[in-house]
Amino acid sequence: MILFIRRIYAMILRHIYLFMVSWPRVLELIYWPFLNMVLWAFMSKFLAQNSNIFLLASGVLIASVIMWDTLFRGQLGVTLSFIEELWSRNLGNIAVSPLKPIELILSLIVASLIRTLIGVGGAGLAAYFLFDFQIPSYGLGFILFFINLIVMGWSLGLAICALLIRFGLSAETFAWAALFFIQPLCGVFYPISILPEWLQPVSMLIPATYIFEGMRLTFFEGVFQVDLLLKACFINLIYIFIGISLLLYSYSFAKKKGLLLGNAE
Amino acid sequence: MSNHKIMETPLDIVVSVRNVSKNYGDIKAVNSISFSIEKSHTLGLLGSNGAGKTTIIMMLMGILKSSSGTINILNKNIYKYRNQISKEINFASPFVELPHKLTVLQNLTVFGHIYGVKNLSYKIEKLAQDLDIKDLLKRRVGRLSAGQKTRVSIAKSLINDPKILFLDEPTASLDPDHADWIRTYLEEYKNNSGATFILASHNMPEVERMCNNVIMMGRGKVIDQGSPADLIRRYKRNNLEQVFLQLARNDRYSN
Repeated sequence: MILFIRRIYAMILRHIYLFMVSWPRVLELIYWPFLNMVLWAFMSKFLAQNSNIFLLASGVLIASVIMWDTLFRGQLGVTLSFIEELWSRNLGNIAVSPLKPIELILSLIVASLIRTLIGVGGAGLAAYFLFDFQIPSYGLGFILFFINLIVMGWSLGLAICALLIRFGLSAETFAWAALFFIQPLCGVFYPISILPEWLQPVSMLIPATYIFEGMRLTFFEGVFQVDLLLKACFINLIYIFIGISLLLYSYSFAKKKGLLLGNAE
Repeated sequence: MSNHKIMETPLDIVVSVRNVSKNYGDIKAVNSISFSIEKSHTLGLLGSNGAGKTTIIMMLMGILKSSSGTINILNKNIYKYRNQISKEINFASPFVELPHKLTVLQNLTVFGHIYGVKNLSYKIEKLAQDLDIKDLLKRRVGRLSAGQKTRVSIAKSLINDPKILFLDEPTASLDPDHADWIRTYLEEYKNNSGATFILASHNMPEVERMCNNVIMMGRGKVIDQGSPADLIRRYKRNNLEQVFLQLARNDRYSN
């Protein structure tokens, strides 16, 4: 058990070392969420001056963008941590070592959590100091919303890692683009009732849909709907199970095809 | 084909390969090979490009599943007991690198933790001293020369005092002086630790010098095996390179 934790710790340490010696990586983590938040915060201010809806809930766009970044950074945190091994041609060393696939998965999840906390945490602090927007003031439910979003990000990130093991760095595009395919469907900035009717059932399969819907209800009506949170949790459980299973399957497939050393070359 | 037996007593066998094949669809990368390796011996895997050397090494390390046959490492089935065995083996290859952005010390620390090394600081200090990389510990791996990278890669591969060390062309791209230094170090290490080496190399003088036994491979099959001196004598050649050329060309023209 101690060795199990030590191996995971080693992989997390590997990413912490990377941040320590590569400041551009840390700045990049903070830069985009911060910029996004500032842009939408000014947009919010403008809309609040010209629209009654936004006057009532001026923080909704800032919340939307911070929550979206939580989801995006959660996914990117997993995939980029894994891609680092491919970029550095280190996957062969890891595959030969006693590190088990499930330990690799757990280390990727913790690395993602650290990356997300740095990136979104920075944007959250900036939102507080620059625009007086306080996420904790919206209650524990909001924290649970954030946890759900990051878990969904992990699920998707692990599925993309499975593709990376199978197809190598040629699947790298998915790391950056996959979530943007989901963005219009999960109603980050608008209710999904705006979507064509035939598309709405697809939205209902995405945990983030319930989270963004729940967030808007909190802002506009002051209501925290537990059922939305529970639905998101339920689908997320299925998604994280699928994400982990896909990565384990892909690892096992790579063992049959000899991709673990090949992908590193 | 020689009937020369690499093993002497079953108790000393640390690697046992029986009728192992690896197929990729219709392609037979490795075709029903069998061999054993005695403790503290160095086995050289020789063969032209695509002969199946890397495939065998990957199967022995448990990161590639064989299509059929049995592989026992330290008297345990590699696929069944991979987690236990992986703590006792390690690997060095210039084709699999360590993270470039991390310093040598950081890389060794990470892998030391992964392998569960006790007294890690002492172990790293000892390896740094032995491999003459003390001055490199705080330098990034990406900024090292090929010779320095090789020494660091060897340090990583010895971090857990492996009972079996897999070396895939350990001196590729090194100048003769550095290559000789590495070979001497590895020989001393083997003599002191009793470790077993499996060496894949195209460098025939290196194989002749380091290996107790050699397996010549061609198109996924064992063409011949024996000690370097035995092979040279049997084929009436002056050195292993000439034996290699004869066997490789025979194999090419016989197909």
